[in-house]
Amino acid sequence: MSTETIRIEVNGESREVGGGSSVADLLEQLEVDGRTVVVELNRQIVRRGERDGVELEAGDRVELVRFVGGG
Amino acid sequence: MSTVLEKGADREEPARVDEPLALGGRSFRSRLIAGTGKYSDAGTMVAALRAAGAEIVTVAVRRVDLDASKEESLLHHLDPEEFFLLPNTAGCYTAEDAVRYARLGREAGLHDWVKLEVIGDEETLYPDVEEMLDAARTLVDEGFTVLAYTNDDLVTALKLQDAGVAAVMPLASPIGSGLGLLDPVGIRILKRRLDVPVIVDAGVGTASDACLTMEQGVDGVLMNTALAEAEDPVAMAAAMRRAVEAGRLAYLAGRMPRREWAVPSSPSAGRLT
Repeated sequence: MSTETIRIEVNGESREVGGGSSVADLLEQLEVDGRTVVVELNRQIVRRGERDGVELEAGDRVELVRFVGGG
Repeated sequence: MSTVLEKGADREEPARVDEPLALGGRSFRSRLIAGTGKYSDAGTMVAALRAAGAEIVTVAVRRVDLDASKEESLLHHLDPEEFFLLPNTAGCYTAEDAVRYARLGREAGLHDWVKLEVIGDEETLYPDVEEMLDAARTLVDEGFTVLAYTNDDLVTALKLQDAGVAAVMPLASPIGSGLGLLDPVGIRILKRRLDVPVIVDAGVGTASDACLTMEQGVDGVLMNTALAEAEDPVAMAAAMRRAVEAGRLAYLAGRMPRREWAVPSSPSAGRLT
């Protein structure tokens, strides 16, 4: 991972992550439990098994969602 | 022992007269589907779901709160072995949004079922049937088992059935209103005309509403606010379980005809003169 950082958007908020970070790295950085979370990257779902291999790029828009109570 | 008593002992338990609810190729023993929203705490929610005897429970898909990411996930409380989690698309106003939420829900869960909601009006939360049909067609094409929340309009319901939904879910009255079943005739017409299961979704306020709804012959009822906003959600859930069963059995038993005159229950023969 390079020391440079890039700006991405996570759940509508601007965030900085290390250049070369993967989706899995992002979850770790945000301390989000990856087992119950679904990741959407630029409107495409990143499957659980693909999170290590998908590298984030500047300007990426990430959504992290999960189940909450609802009717 | 008298013949009558012997006969009585041999009789099947009334509850066994009913068949399981067949839905989307699966079979469910409970006809009460419960939402998981608006509970004061997770413990009360789970206790209420159990008291209601619910098997299918609905959940919503929302952003993770990144400032409180360590808060317990809903999945921590709802064991998928115990409850069949049905993701909804609540809060969606377009077909595109609903399809997006449905895909996220499928990824978060364990199957490809979705309770499809596409809202068209903020005040009444009435469905946008045009967007709903569009979304239903897309999701059925993608292999989803779609349970579609709609109004009690027959033509829309028939179009949803043609689109391949697994169930049509007409409202009893607006979501969260607790007004009960406003149009029993409309619901009966839907049930009579549709081949897919009809599950009344939204508007039930108390046990008599649920019972009256099931007496129309529908396949099930979905409720959330009636339980979550009751003063005692667990007690209300227990009441609702009985009400749904009672309404279902009353429907199967076949009610007596209504007549606008009295008929004595005691014999007129043998009265003293």
